[in-house]
Amino acid sequence: MTNSQLIASTAPRVQARTLTEQEVHDIEHELTLYPDKRAVGLEALKIVQKHQGWVSDESLLAVANFLEMSAHELDGVATFFNLIFRQPVGRKVMLFCNSVSCYIMGCEQIKAHISERLGIDYGETTADGQFTLIPVPCLGDCDRAPVMLMDGEQQRNLSIEKINEILAESAERE
Amino acid sequence: MAKISVDGIEYDVNPENNLLQECLSQGLDLPYFCWHPCMGSVGACRQCAVKQYRNEEDKKGTIVMACMTPASDGSIISINDQQATDFRSHVIESLMISHPHDCPVCEEGGECHLQDMTQMSGHNYRRYDFKKVTHRNQNLGPFIGHEMNRCIACYRCVRFYNDYAGGEDLAALGSHHHVYFGRHEEGVLENEFSGNLAEVCPTGVFTDKTFSAHYTRKWDLQTAPSICAGCGVGCNTAPGERYGTLRRVVNRYHHDINGYFICDRGRFGYDANSSKQRVGKALYRHGQEAEFKPLSSLEAKRQFAAMTGGDVIGIGSPRATLESNIALRDRVGVENFYAGFSDAQFDCLQEVLKSLREPGLYCPDVRQIERSDCVLVVNEDITNTSARLALAIRQAGRNAATDLANEARIPLWQDAAVRELAQNTRSPLIIVSPQGSRLDDVASATHLLQLDNQIHLLQAVAHAIDPDALKPTASNEVDEALSSSIAAQLCQAKNPCLVSGISAESPALVKACVNVAKALRAYRKHNSAEQNPVALCFAMPEANSLGMALLLETGGKPLRAALQRLASGSADAAIVMENDLSLRTSQTALAEAMAGGVPLIVMDQLHNRFNEQAQLLLPSSSVFEQHGTWINYEGRAQSSYQVFRPSEDILASYERLSALDPMQECGVSSELIMQEFARANDAFSALTQLRPPRVGISASLKSPRQSHRFSGRTAMHAQDHVHESQQEQDRASALAFSMEGVMLQKDSSLMASPWSPAWNSNQSISKFQQEINGELQQGSKGELLCVRQSTETAYDAISAKRDEKLTCFIISQLFGSDEISANAPAIQARSLGPYACIGQELALACGIRQHGLVDITTQTGRVQLPVIIRRQIAPNCIGIYPANEVDKYALLLGEITLQAVPDEDSHIASSRAMFDHLLIKDALAREA
Repeated sequence: MTNSQLIASTAPRVQARTLTEQEVHDIEHELTLYPDKRAVGLEALKIVQKHQGWVSDESLLAVANFLEMSAHELDGVATFFNLIFRQPVGRKVMLFCNSVSCYIMGCEQIKAHISERLGIDYGETTADGQFTLIPVPCLGDCDRAPVMLMDGEQQRNLSIEKINEILAESAERE
Repeated sequence: MAKISVDGIEYDVNPENNLLQECLSQGLDLPYFCWHPCMGSVGACRQCAVKQYRNEEDKKGTIVMACMTPASDGSIISINDQQATDFRSHVIESLMISHPHDCPVCEEGGECHLQDMTQMSGHNYRRYDFKKVTHRNQNLGPFIGHEMNRCIACYRCVRFYNDYAGGEDLAALGSHHHVYFGRHEEGVLENEFSGNLAEVCPTGVFTDKTFSAHYTRKWDLQTAPSICAGCGVGCNTAPGERYGTLRRVVNRYHHDINGYFICDRGRFGYDANSSKQRVGKALYRHGQEAEFKPLSSLEAKRQFAAMTGGDVIGIGSPRATLESNIALRDRVGVENFYAGFSDAQFDCLQEVLKSLREPGLYCPDVRQIERSDCVLVVNEDITNTSARLALAIRQAGRNAATDLANEARIPLWQDAAVRELAQNTRSPLIIVSPQGSRLDDVASATHLLQLDNQIHLLQAVAHAIDPDALKPTASNEVDEALSSSIAAQLCQAKNPCLVSGISAESPALVKACVNVAKALRAYRKHNSAEQNPVALCFAMPEANSLGMALLLETGGKPLRAALQRLASGSADAAIVMENDLSLRTSQTALAEAMAGGVPLIVMDQLHNRFNEQAQLLLPSSSVFEQHGTWINYEGRAQSSYQVFRPSEDILASYERLSALDPMQECGVSSELIMQEFARANDAFSALTQLRPPRVGISASLKSPRQSHRFSGRTAMHAQDHVHESQQEQDRASALAFSMEGVMLQKDSSLMASPWSPAWNSNQSISKFQQEINGELQQGSKGELLCVRQSTETAYDAISAKRDEKLTCFIISQLFGSDEISANAPAIQARSLGPYACIGQELALACGIRQHGLVDITTQTGRVQLPVIIRRQIAPNCIGIYPANEVDKYALLLGEITLQAVPDEDSHIASSRAMFDHLLIKDALAREA
């Protein structure tokens, strides 16, 4: 038996996908703002997430290749940040504050209501792929607690009625 | 010197270091995890907290991290302060929260830094009753086991693997209590130094997978100081044995050479010792019989004596001990003793020896290479031939960061700050090579040239440095711009270092490197403030390449003379010792020699193509099974000690050769051979000092190879007989095959496995150093055998021709090129079959597809090899990796023609799987 037959393959399990033109364009813009390519890692991941909703292994490899950096190092960056999603999320991500001010203002009941309505706990996505619920420590809006961030929009003074409105509105837009 | 006070006692310390390092240097016990002597401080683990007081009046003090606080003059600290002690015990308790209680089944148990530090910090009872964080482990390949649950997140692994060793495929993933150290996806850890993770990790997250497969606790291993025989660097190792088989190899600290780290060939190649290829019994073939018949050890001795009565010739070996080569020469006579390497290597080594005696130059040890501020690497693929030197060259790049840090007044041990400051600033590393190498990521420039053009460039560089050096004819503007830029960088450097080797088997290349060094010497004499000698070293392919060359200076002839004698049949027998001659000359030349019909006696450890032709094949001891002397690339002689005694059929070559009477148990001891030889040859007189005396270092007691808690001594052989058998006796060294005696730490050449009360892990080495990361106390460092002469020699004349025709160069692989370690299963799992490597232009011209087959024909040979097309290769070059299978000497002669072998998708697919394993990044895409 020759040595070659004993080799444990190191072939990567996934192949990089091709970045879209828009992604390349956005990342190239960021490159002009930083002294070296690796520094753009986080911004590039955010760009990919903006367009794809999350960062798949295929996307991660594509960004690493594009920035000529190690995929392992880039994954270190990606997994460090809670809000870079390395698994698929719903079309709408609810970043729900459960920090102290919101807690005083009763965010727990509101979270319970969301969980009951959607059948998901923190870190879960609804079966129809519509909503993901994620706790965040603070959204900087304590005077209007409880708050959550959804679709880039801050939802303030949350109440059970307001949650129902928001969910109804989302269902309408679908 | 600065004075600090620790718990009311004053110490003289080095103010350039931090408090932790200085406390440890003073022999104080202060727990730590993230700090490492070679990697500095990052203050990640908070375990080394001490109380620091502002002045004598300050009774309150503040808690500081010792590793992040300079040991400045007048510092007053307390390790034993109650608050500091409490702080440390709480830190360890929180670090241990998710650590499993699995010490009994953990490979690290008994030599675990985490166990030691937990004990030292007084965290004796666990209070955390809740759910622990658990992780999924990864399969990291054949070398390294992974058990992430044990992690305490000290970050040492990534700091070693990425920052120190230049690895790219290990990362700290996740954050807070979910931090995970692993790869982005499961797969082989690629870096050549991955094995050090098992020693760098303070607990059992990264472990030696080959050791786990036949695991033994550290205290049950029999160990002896050894020297790695994997290449010519001479790293110090500590192999461990139990029940007659070798279990593992770990690093053994040597201040000048390997320090704390060895390469993966040295660590994982040991298993060849128990490989199926091992020659276990003497084999004899009567006349023309096809089949070998086994002989008993006594029959083997008789047969050997009977066959070697007449006119016998002996061919030595650069991978055998110096003693064995001496014994062979003594047995056959100087006029019948021949070199065990190729003639071209013989010629190269003559030049290397000259350079080692040239005044005004010095051969840098590994640590000196690390200090160089400009390195020029010529031709040698150093990562694959002498990996430990490559690790040192990588560190040399950091000297520019050292300068920046000094300017910014940042202490050098502030690792993160210095790296942040330096970013990509590195000292110049210029690589001149036929192909891209694993050091390219830290190189300031890589010039891809074939051998003749490299020599031409070196001549031009020498001339640019010192106009007295001969100017090569036929240079053009491109050459001149390049050579003057290289010359300028070398001239500016304080400690320039030239690194090359003899892999190319080109004496002209060696001479050209020496010429550049001589030119630098002349330049520095006249123009530079730096008067210190110029560093020049040549990597040696085998553990005793230089030893054999030195020995041949006192008598012996090149290999071709032996082959001529064999071909003409003018000898009664030939002894070939520990040498596969099919790797030393072309198959045609070897076949002609064998046709002479001289009866062939081969002594070797492993079966190979060549020794199948022997009439008498005798099993030889490996480096682990005999005492021996090895001479590394610097000309440094070092001793390795027998770790364990093999079966009675296996003998060290010198034992067989020095035994004249077949009834004698064995021949003269290695020590006697060495002493007699050293006394007879002035050049080797230093060797009489090499080993400590056999008895009397500590009263009349010997030093034990086994730890004081070695278990099962009376039960180990109970399956054979119930009597307590007599311990093996070692008459040849100061060591005993026993747990009795004095744990001798006085002479570091005898200390295989450091241990100190409360320090059971390898970190205990700091208890035996003069200062942290310093020399070992009263340590033996080996003896340098090459003495510098007083008169400088002139430049060597070289005919530097430039060549544009197609040439072939030989590729080395860390895993596979060394014949012995290539037989270890773990190494085999990482090694490749033979292949060829070409550039895109050549591929297009010959119509060769990526991963297709190429037919290579020369005047003397022909071979078909799978091909990899890469960007980083000199034009008109074809690289060939022979994998100890292809006849490389047949391919190096005359015109080369390349032809694509018609594509068959099947062989493309099969070679693709192999090339996935090749660690290069510049291979062209498959479609290209």
